[in-house]
Amino acid sequence: MVNFDIRTYRVFEVFGIEIWFTETIRNTWIIMGVLILFAIFARIKFFKNVSDVPSGFQNGIEALVEMFDNFVVGITGKRYHYLGKWFFGVIVFIGISNISGMFLLRPPTADISTTLALAIATFFLIHGLGVKSAPLKYLKSFLEPFFLFLPINLVSAIATPISLAFRLFGNVIAGVVITGLVYNLMPYIATLAWPGFLHVYFDLFAGLLHAYIFTVLSLSFIMDKIPQEN
Amino acid sequence: MEELNVQMIQSGAIILAAQAIAAGIAVLAAAGPGIGQGYAAGKAAEAAARQPEARGDILSTLLIGGALAETSGIYGLVVSFLLMFVSPFFNTFVNWVTTFM
Repeated sequence: MVNFDIRTYRVFEVFGIEIWFTETIRNTWIIMGVLILFAIFARIKFFKNVSDVPSGFQNGIEALVEMFDNFVVGITGKRYHYLGKWFFGVIVFIGISNISGMFLLRPPTADISTTLALAIATFFLIHGLGVKSAPLKYLKSFLEPFFLFLPINLVSAIATPISLAFRLFGNVIAGVVITGLVYNLMPYIATLAWPGFLHVYFDLFAGLLHAYIFTVLSLSFIMDKIPQEN
Repeated sequence: MEELNVQMIQSGAIILAAQAIAAGIAVLAAAGPGIGQGYAAGKAAEAAARQPEARGDILSTLLIGGALAETSGIYGLVVSFLLMFVSPFFNTFVNWVTTFM
């Protein structure tokens, strides 16, 4: 029987609170380290010769950031352009985590804690921005279409982060489990080539697709609670 | 005591078997989203054929709709994984049995 549990390396105790150093936390730090190193590298490279007419590496980075900013502004409108920065971080982190299965790391998103944390951040963004932009309209949106729908609307407000988290988690854990089962099913020599197809499908295709879907769904849930500008 | 042990082993075996069957049935939840996504993809193909310049919009709408429709299937999958790898009912049974020992 293959074991798909998340390994725990060490348990620290800080002021009577147990802190578990698990595989998820290790892999999250590896991915964050890669991203931070890349950011520092890009910053140093820009610092040396920043030019108004970008070319090469700088051009690529600027095009990527600009493309994503335009994409977010296209959904949210100019007033909430700053959401682009947060969601760029989210999409890059989820995308890289999902791909990390290809490098034989266990993706951090294959742990319900990671996806639930991201989804709860979305939950606070939805309701925080809803209250901030139009408080009365926000309260009234719970009574739509009429007041008897209040409990249903409350349940759906709580169900939103849960469904976001489980969608991402379910897809990634399905990839981890199926790939792991196939690896254990075959003789060692055969695993060198064949499961590559599974990695391409589950890690690359489904992983990037679900990073995109998590971002777009979060943005559209946020936009539901905010009055649209004309 | 001998009789009790046999009974416990039988109950444990029944719970394990029921868990395996339930894990299989839970994945049947994937049938609905499969049919629904098939319809959605067909309509998207029709729309793209009628209006090829709107391909990008159609594709992103299809992906979001597909992801939303997929949620119930994913819930079934998660329930099935829980039954297979966490096995809550069998653990409850084991805890209950150990109180008699």
